[in-house]
Amino acid sequence: MAEISNKVILESGIPVKPLYTSDDLAEINPNDEIGLPGEFPFTRGIHSMMYRKRPFTMRQYAGFGTPEETNKRFKFLIENGQNALNVAFDLPTQMGLDSNDPLAEGEVGRVGMAIDTLADMETAFEGIPIDKISVSLTVNAVAAPIMAMYFVIAEKHGIPLEEVRGTAQNDILKEYIGRGAWIFPVEPAVRLIGDTIEFCARNAPNYYPVSVCGYHIRESGANPVQEIAYAFSIAQAYIKIGLERDLDIDDFAGRISFNFDIFGNFFEQIAKFRAARRLWARITRDKFGAKDARTMKMKMIAGGGGGGLTIQQPENNIVRGAYYALLSALSGTQTMALCSYDEAYTIPTEKAALISLRTMQILIEEMGIGDTVDPLGGSYYVETLTSEIEKRISAEIERVDQEWGGIVEAVSEGILQREVAHQAYENEQGIQNGEIPKVGANIYQIEEEEHQVALHPYKPETAESSIRRTEQLKANRDQEAVAASLKRIREVADSTENIMPSMMEAVKAHATLGEITNVLKEVFGEFKEPVRL
Amino acid sequence: MKKPIRILIAKPGLDGHDRGAKVISLAMRNAGFEVIYTGLHQTIDQIIEAAVQEDVDVVGLSILSGAHIPISKKLIAKMKKIGIDEKLVLIGGNIPKQDFETLKALGVGGIFPTGSNFDDVEKFILSNINL
Repeated sequence: MAEISNKVILESGIPVKPLYTSDDLAEINPNDEIGLPGEFPFTRGIHSMMYRKRPFTMRQYAGFGTPEETNKRFKFLIENGQNALNVAFDLPTQMGLDSNDPLAEGEVGRVGMAIDTLADMETAFEGIPIDKISVSLTVNAVAAPIMAMYFVIAEKHGIPLEEVRGTAQNDILKEYIGRGAWIFPVEPAVRLIGDTIEFCARNAPNYYPVSVCGYHIRESGANPVQEIAYAFSIAQAYIKIGLERDLDIDDFAGRISFNFDIFGNFFEQIAKFRAARRLWARITRDKFGAKDARTMKMKMIAGGGGGGLTIQQPENNIVRGAYYALLSALSGTQTMALCSYDEAYTIPTEKAALISLRTMQILIEEMGIGDTVDPLGGSYYVETLTSEIEKRISAEIERVDQEWGGIVEAVSEGILQREVAHQAYENEQGIQNGEIPKVGANIYQIEEEEHQVALHPYKPETAESSIRRTEQLKANRDQEAVAASLKRIREVADSTENIMPSMMEAVKAHATLGEITNVLKEVFGEFKEPVRL
Repeated sequence: MKKPIRILIAKPGLDGHDRGAKVISLAMRNAGFEVIYTGLHQTIDQIIEAAVQEDVDVVGLSILSGAHIPISKKLIAKMKKIGIDEKLVLIGGNIPKQDFETLKALGVGGIFPTGSNFDDVEKFILSNINL
């Protein structure tokens, strides 16, 4: 082969040859490594017919302001063909603060909707057919009370617990690495995850209680191999808790799904997803002894991430979104979402959210992306890269266990956070010195006027109306029932009993999210961040 | 020997996106400044206390939630009240251009939105702090 001077090394450290041939596949056993879609090890997809039978679900992240405003945006997205919802909560809600808390000032309804009580959740889902639309709740530290609210609402919509569908993000370990919406120390926080997993396995078997997020870990600076490796370390930590609760692996592990990130090198991401599917099948079967194929199937939402978007020439982000969507479909995702083009500087406007939805619809309706399953299967390059990435993910999982004493230890001590932050720094340096090209940001720049785009307005009235509504509700509720339900939560939190039944009672009695969280803080304490630079 | 410039990088409020705060902390440390990073979820009072205790020259806030105006207003008012408003206040993060004037009128010294160059931040600090 002729010598070439330019070296290509992927973000994961893998060198890329200018040409791949059948020789590269010599070491890859086509049956064991690649196989058929819908069959172990699921490299080519978890379903035999994939999009031919059912297109990927489109689930844009949405929510802002009051529950009424969010309800309106939900209806707008559904009317335009979106078939699932991903609910954004504001920061006070995510941190377990009521709207009237002094710490919530200036944040109520800003980056998601404000929820204080069950009544707010009811308003948000009014008229939404939650038996048909699958709802994902992006909430972590306070997932238990918010899930309890959702289950109560489902009952009110006539859906019994054993039939309720949907997903809660509920991945607290990644919050300590990226995203940062943690409240409690690691140990009790992980126990709450265990409670939700156990409760769902025994009572709500169609619900996905946890969506493990490599997404935010990668957005915080991790490379694609680390994204999957740390997510799998976290997922295994949750599986171990489920097993400690005397659950059978096949009764709950298949209900843990994944949320992964898309930006960066096109084929590296595709290979990452294919490798992840294969490795997850092997981990669940060989390490945890799963027998049911459903447990071994890695289900994911693979979404176009904000990390790839630029604030400069924001319209270019529409194009990036289209490539991310294509990549996501070629990777065999179950669910897709895209950050909108204006998301580098604001909450998406209605127009931007609609362009993202249309991007995915064009792909499935016009481009024939679903005509045949895993069209890249057998590609010399993609299969070689898939195998290389799988090896590296396994090695990184080993490193978490061997060098850092496991994921819980690594996160509690801030070791993993430090690793990821240093990589974010190197990445930013690469962009600033031009080693990592970014169109509009460090190449092909233009003098830009102020963005000629509408900014999503923030309304201070949202806080006032939220505070007023909760005050009215508090004045009219059965105070004794509230006090009794909070007392019960305190007792259960202090024991090893499952917390979910007491959560359901408390939200039904109209205890506020803040009241519930404060009781938990008193019992559990609060996380002290190990700041390591 | 000249005393090194001391910088506090703080994450005020509830927003937990700390990539930018950590990256700028590392960059400023590598530029030769002494950097103290507060960690997440800091109240204004905690930030002021850290600024006083650490005797910093610069207070850098990283804000991505959109709440930069109310946060800056509160911080600078309290800094004035206790007489430490000679410290240079910088803001980084998700800050739209149309808010720059408002922030400067409040007393923010420099604004460095997402994607700003490390060198620009360094030069700005060097030219605005006389030790």
